Amino acid sequence: MSNTSFISARRLLLWSGIVALCAWVLVPIYLVALGALGGRSGVYQWPKSILPTGVSLQPFFLFLKTEGVVQSFLNSLGAAGITVALSILLGAPAGYALARYNFRGKDSFRILVLLTRAFPLAILALPLTVSFIRLGLYDTVIGVGLIHTVLALPFAALVTQGIFLGVPRELEEAAWVFGCTRIQAFFKIVAPLALPGLVATAVFAFVISWNEVFAASVLTVRNRTLTAYLLTVLSESPMHYRFAGGLLLILPSVVFIFAVRRYLFAIWGISSK
Amino acid sequence: MTQNRSWIPYLLILPTVFFLGLLFIAPLVQTIWLAVSDNGMPSLANMRTMMIDINFGRSILNTFLLTLVVVPVQIAMALAMGTMVSKVNGGRETILWIWTIPLGISDLAAGMVWLSILQNTGYLNTLLFSMGLIERQTAWLTYQTPVALFVGIAVAEIWRGTAIVMIIIVAGLNQVPKEFKEAAEIFGASPWTRFTRITLPLIRPALQSALILRTVLAFEVFAVVYALGGRNFPVLVGEAYNWQNQNQNYSVAAAYAVLIMVISLIATLFYLKVIKVDPERLP
Repeated sequence: MSNTSFISARRLLLWSGIVALCAWVLVPIYLVALGALGGRSGVYQWPKSILPTGVSLQPFFLFLKTEGVVQSFLNSLGAAGITVALSILLGAPAGYALARYNFRGKDSFRILVLLTRAFPLAILALPLTVSFIRLGLYDTVIGVGLIHTVLALPFAALVTQGIFLGVPRELEEAAWVFGCTRIQAFFKIVAPLALPGLVATAVFAFVISWNEVFAASVLTVRNRTLTAYLLTVLSESPMHYRFAGGLLLILPSVVFIFAVRRYLFAIWGISSK
Repeated sequence: MTQNRSWIPYLLILPTVFFLGLLFIAPLVQTIWLAVSDNGMPSLANMRTMMIDINFGRSILNTFLLTLVVVPVQIAMALAMGTMVSKVNGGRETILWIWTIPLGISDLAAGMVWLSILQNTGYLNTLLFSMGLIERQTAWLTYQTPVALFVGIAVAEIWRGTAIVMIIIVAGLNQVPKEFKEAAEIFGASPWTRFTRITLPLIRPALQSALILRTVLAFEVFAVVYALGGRNFPVLVGEAYNWQNQNQNYSVAAAYAVLIMVISLIATLFYLKVIKVDPERLP
């Protein structure tokens, strides 16, 4: 075999591997979409067709009209909104402190933040049931948002630390020299430069909350989030409703991930240091 | 920083410390106390109830087996993906974006996705039928087919959870200086030697955090199992959920929670110890 054909054989192998792995990710999503849009008759069709025959948006809209779906969708948005707001509002200042200051107890604080990684945090919802009932937070969107913030906050603090480290300290100090207060310097100089990274962090906080199943199911009864709702009605819902539920769960977070795709690796590079 | 401003960092971290104290440390202590007490007195009664439960042994076995199968496959796939994509110039961004899509997918949704493939009239049976391997619709996700159910759950978990490992590992690979590999190539090292002797040691920190993250998540597996197998395949978190929501016994649920936390903690310490990250050898 000549050298060039050896190289092209290797390229072929490489690209078939890449294409196969892309198909491994995409084909199952395509199939669940077929299931969600195929309705009842689609589920029992045998043998199945891979082509989108008999597909319409009608079954999906019917699913959306089922009692509880829209409400739980809105609850999920609410809980995710609270998670985003709290984890950025609390986490970004902590990240800024880690990036810009040396202070006693810094290492202990980092350990506290990193310690959360060794624990399956959602499980902490179990004992919180009792205190949440007492505080009136049980079965509320706010309660779910609070526990989801525990999941997202350590992540936000570590990632924002990396983001603020990426903003040159000299720029901030120059602003002080020109008479800005520290707060003015932060909002006029640092914040605009850090904004894209902060938005990406917020998107991740959203996805963390949106996808969380366990804590949301434990802490709610009537005001269920979408994941908690789907989990509880799972065993009594027909197949095509389950597929529609799966598709409804997938769509928003995939769109969000697409929006921040440029920051994925920077963020995870930072947060896994 | 000037001395008179030394309170600033404390003010900045105070909200996070307060929040984590209230909603991480406090419930942690509460869980442990709930698990080892009975009517306000220290007692091992909950632990005993947990251990004599019929599903206890099976849920431990299932959870461990799933972790032992899923995590190594995910690491291997992520390493393969990272190596492949490093050889590509055009289209790199698009490939990486497609591979990260499952990052946005919850375990419950992943369960539904694979349900559409593995259910009786699903696509797997259609494929097997068209190849003549089965004659009629076959059930894979029942109590009578434990191996098929296990494989189905493992595949769904691998499908969903590999993206995060891939991102951490690609981020690690991006930091390996090209010169190292080029030098090894000049000295005649084979691709495999270069991978095991140069790349792997240099991405240790990334490997370590990927392993910790994925293992802790794997011990938490729940919704994907529930969506595919219902209660046919008991796992630890599923048992905690049932004790809490069905039996309304918060103490036994807490006992399961403590068990899961202890296992996760041991796994984390194990990785920290076994995969030594030497800061001086980093590029």
